[in-house]
Amino acid sequence: MTTTTTGTTAVTGAVGAAHTRLEGLAKVTGAARYAGEIPFAELAHGWLVLSTIARGRIRAVESAPVLAMPGVLAVLHHGNAPRVDGNYTGPLGAPDPVVQVFQHDRVPYAGWPVALVVAETPEQAREAAETLVVRYDQEPHEVAFAAGHPDRYTPENSPQSPAETEKGDLAAELAASAVVVDAQYTTPEEHHHPLEPHAAMARWDGGRLEVVDSNQGSRFVAEELANLFSLDPASVRVRSEHVGGGFGSKALRPHQVLATMAATVLQRPVRVVLTRRQMFSVVGYRSPTAQRIRLGADADGRLRAFDHQGESVTSTVREFIERSADMGRVMYDAAAHHTVNRVVRLDVPTPSWMRAPGEAPGSFALESALDELAEKCGLDPIALRARNEPAAGPVSGLPFSSRKLLACFQEGARRFGWADRDPRPGRRRDGRWLLGTGTAAAHFAARAAPSTASVTAEADGDFIVRIAAADIGTGARTALTLIAADALEVTPERIRMRIADSDFGPAMIAGGSMGTRSWAWAVTAAARELREQLALGGGIPPQGITVRSDTTAAIAALAQKERHAFGAQFAEVAVDVTSGEVRVRRMLGIFAAGRIVNPLTARSQFIGGMTWGLSMALHEEAVRDRASGAPVGADLAGYHVAAHADVPPIEADWVDDPDEDDPVGIKGIGEIGIVGGAAAIANAVWHATGVRHRDLPIRPDRVLLAGGGDRAAG
Amino acid sequence: MAPPTSSAVTLRINGEKHTLPVDHRTTLLDALREQLDLTGTKKGCDQGQCGACTVLLDGRRAVSCLQLAVAAEGREITTIEGVADGERLHPVQQAFLDLDGYQCGYCTPGQICSALAVIEEHAAGWPSAVTADVRPEAGVPALTADEIRERMSGNLCRCGAYVSIVQAVARAAGAAGAPVVPRQGTGPGDAGAPADGEAAA
Amino acid sequence: MREFGYRRAHDVHGAVALLAAEPEARLLGGGTNLVDLMKTGVERPALLIDVQDLPLDRIEVTQDGGLRIGATVTNSALAADPEVRRRYPALAQAVLSGASGQLRNMATVGGNLLQRTRCGYFTDPAAACNKRVPGAGCPAIEGEHHNHAILGASGHCVAVHPSDMGVALAAFDAVVGYETADGPGELPLAEFYLPVGDTPHLETALPSGALITGLRLPPAPVAAVSRYRKVRERASYAFAIGSLAAALDVHDGTVREVRLAFGAVASRPWRARTAERVLTGGPASAEAFAAAADAELAAAEALPHNGYKVTLMRNLVVALLTELTEEAAR
Repeated sequence: MTTTTTGTTAVTGAVGAAHTRLEGLAKVTGAARYAGEIPFAELAHGWLVLSTIARGRIRAVESAPVLAMPGVLAVLHHGNAPRVDGNYTGPLGAPDPVVQVFQHDRVPYAGWPVALVVAETPEQAREAAETLVVRYDQEPHEVAFAAGHPDRYTPENSPQSPAETEKGDLAAELAASAVVVDAQYTTPEEHHHPLEPHAAMARWDGGRLEVVDSNQGSRFVAEELANLFSLDPASVRVRSEHVGGGFGSKALRPHQVLATMAATVLQRPVRVVLTRRQMFSVVGYRSPTAQRIRLGADADGRLRAFDHQGESVTSTVREFIERSADMGRVMYDAAAHHTVNRVVRLDVPTPSWMRAPGEAPGSFALESALDELAEKCGLDPIALRARNEPAAGPVSGLPFSSRKLLACFQEGARRFGWADRDPRPGRRRDGRWLLGTGTAAAHFAARAAPSTASVTAEADGDFIVRIAAADIGTGARTALTLIAADALEVTPERIRMRIADSDFGPAMIAGGSMGTRSWAWAVTAAARELREQLALGGGIPPQGITVRSDTTAAIAALAQKERHAFGAQFAEVAVDVTSGEVRVRRMLGIFAAGRIVNPLTARSQFIGGMTWGLSMALHEEAVRDRASGAPVGADLAGYHVAAHADVPPIEADWVDDPDEDDPVGIKGIGEIGIVGGAAAIANAVWHATGVRHRDLPIRPDRVLLAGGGDRAAG
Repeated sequence: MAPPTSSAVTLRINGEKHTLPVDHRTTLLDALREQLDLTGTKKGCDQGQCGACTVLLDGRRAVSCLQLAVAAEGREITTIEGVADGERLHPVQQAFLDLDGYQCGYCTPGQICSALAVIEEHAAGWPSAVTADVRPEAGVPALTADEIRERMSGNLCRCGAYVSIVQAVARAAGAAGAPVVPRQGTGPGDAGAPADGEAAA
Repeated sequence: MREFGYRRAHDVHGAVALLAAEPEARLLGGGTNLVDLMKTGVERPALLIDVQDLPLDRIEVTQDGGLRIGATVTNSALAADPEVRRRYPALAQAVLSGASGQLRNMATVGGNLLQRTRCGYFTDPAAACNKRVPGAGCPAIEGEHHNHAILGASGHCVAVHPSDMGVALAAFDAVVGYETADGPGELPLAEFYLPVGDTPHLETALPSGALITGLRLPPAPVAAVSRYRKVRERASYAFAIGSLAAALDVHDGTVREVRLAFGAVASRPWRARTAERVLTGGPASAEAFAAAADAELAAAEALPHNGYKVTLMRNLVVALLTELTEEAAR
């Protein structure tokens, strides 16, 4: 791979040139401090206790013996905890009931918070928490999810994201199709597992609640805490300078609420850090999905009928929809077109947003189905997609702001060597390994959300940028510095970037692939205006000159369009059907994802997403015990994420695709890397063995039992 | 009479002696982070399943979350804070920084400490699980990308920075004089990619 | 984790005396398994006796050409040792395929033998488990068991032994040496692990108060052509779902001697003596290898989700013995 990018954007300033991370030195020397690593005098340690039953009521929390243990300061539970008010709607909707901790005696699932033990040291807190006896009245529960669950339902449509879309006569078009694919796909429960567990320290300082936290949006968390505790928003300050990964799991979660409660009760600083095992239950996860896809096409592969029905799980306390059926609303058109996302309520924790929600599992199913259709039509999978490029949004009818999917496939095919591929499965062998290649399309919505920023011209010639952005490993801190430098027409060394402090004002969270774009917009607006002011001349006073921006109006004024990033994924795999082992040998992703601000970190982010695709395809799967309702093997030895040895050379690159309506040209790159990755690998496994794997992960036992290879290899 | 449940221990960390009282339950990881303000060593799983807490004990890498502090007395402990030579970064650190061998940075200190040991272990002639022939007559395996990946596998990175981490380790190992083979397909994981990822970066 | 005392032993007799005096004591080697189990609450010792300073960290070639391996030798040292690699390559490979570089540096030979199962019900004190609480039940049988036992299990426990090292040791007839207050003793590995039966909480035949001092590996020329192959759900840093240690001596196409041991299929490393008997004196052919595996696996009793292990082990036997036959021909 080379660093030459097939772009034509003129790179005249900081944006577009590779820049190492500003906090890189701190990260490689261990100096970067994460949320649980800042010392405070009189710090106490909270340890969470979770329910061991999957449904019922708490009869008693026997705290007296525990309170007598060494160092124990308090036991909080539903009988004595401060009251919170969850009756509000924040930017992400009403709060997940799991953050309204200890407000009643009901237990809606295994792993529900039932108590917090606070002690002088973590060792004392842990032992007291393990010793604490909680008595329950247990009720029957149900946690098993499978396709076609009798209690599944179609949620209410909302105008922004309807649960169901429908046009044309599906039955008629399927009947008229020369070729039909009708297949069922499943994906398992998956967990975010950022390497840094959720951690928060809370204390009262001069009448203000101060929280040092690991989150994806310090302003968001501050506002939610203010709402929950009925506080003046100005009296809450949340900071999260360094964040050890988030992937959707680090919004408002019980740890911030628990730390706040304990700090309030004890009037001293309290830190609550979740254990890895607790993270299986209280920070959200990706719902398992069961998806049925029906594709009907003419003999030449042109789609006539498109039907994608997704089912997922939600809890009994909150409706969360894993929107796996949404992808076709953007990708493929047909005379008859139907998509629906159904859910079933079970006695399980509420799922949540996890990197490329909806699209990650949805693209596995849909892009596998496209590959099956290509096989049935005798068409190259890329040619099939080219034949089905829609002129406008298949459901919305709106024009695309830009759609360079085929350019991605073209460039990817050239670099991957796709033209040399023998389409027949099971033809290539290397010792005990059968070899195959596969491809899949990717897309992710390109959106922006209102944010505010301030830029100050200092008397010494430097500029201070303040924005409540979060750098959860995306490189946002560095990207925003480059953007500010270009907007101010100075070198990046002159910029002092301050982020991750709720006092800096409202800003988008790091989520939805929208963080950097949304923040960059606000930073650019403030910086440009400041530059104009400075151009008028006059000196800079000692307090500097500050300009604030708010992008609410500008974003609201964006014309309605289908706005997306697109991409093409390629994978080569080796499969030993006698042992069931699958190894990915290489991956390539080509993306059309807006202007690339920092090629060094952007490439890392794309490759990181593709690594997630690999991990999803082959490894990740959380198991829930039907009898107890609790997770089994709830640790990182039981829940496998890809390790070094699993990850081959992965290349990512991009085609030029600046967003014309964005001040910087950004679309967003945080999630598209995972989309289609698992499908490309599953398609490659089919190409290697001749066997379709429609259930993730593609585990050795599944490969072994499915067999393959021998027929085709002969 | 029940034996005492805490002790005063003296730990040698990055060449300095620290005497502190420890609850016997305290792991070396927690002693570093909570008592000695050496927070560069990270707690990812606290169960030996992620490698974020990797430190060097008597020059050998170990997970500090499963090492009781009281049992570390008498050992030479090196943490990420002791890796650089003053202001000058160790070549492994520099390579991680230059090649973007991280994203969120939380697994990074563990990856770097592990990489230091990988280079040492390889130089000492230790085979690995992907070494084709472990018999001593077969000689020391070249530090291919496959060898690096296998040897680094005890360090999980959830951001998915493995590709550039392997490149960084290869660069640093090459600089340290390890025989780095430019191209060698040794197994299914190695499609003939350069071991030293420089060309690929 | 409850509070506990800590003593560091400096000689074997001191350690054994400490152990005899405190029934709730545990020996601390590398701690890679014990400390983890203490954190999850599965183990709650009152006293830890640290054996890291015991003079048991040597690997020596014995007079007869075997090896004597001290109990505190680390996994890393064992796998790096030239004599181990030369005489028992499958043992070095087995050790290298286990855990991670960090854990192998900490873990000891003695501790590895006493490693507890990774069954998800065993490691979660909130779950029922006959191994932890006799009579509590075994939810794995009706629940999650896709990596559980197909051989030698019982209705009381279907957990598997997680060790890789132990599989190679079983193939090479290792003998475990120990010391008690009453003096030293030895247990062949074949007798070291107890059958599951209705007492899954009783795992080894070690007398109470015993300290493992080391291992004896008898000379085994057949081991010179040996390999360990491990299948797992990621390429590294994962426990086996099936593994095989194999050694083969072929002469003129006839099997003169063969050693086979299976991992991750039973509560203990599973020496495949039936398969060995079937093969010995017969042809070294893929058909014979398969027939031998089938003979061994005839005793397998699969649960709904772990039957694939029968196929897996059969395939591994054929694949690895075929490789060894080719290696021997070179």
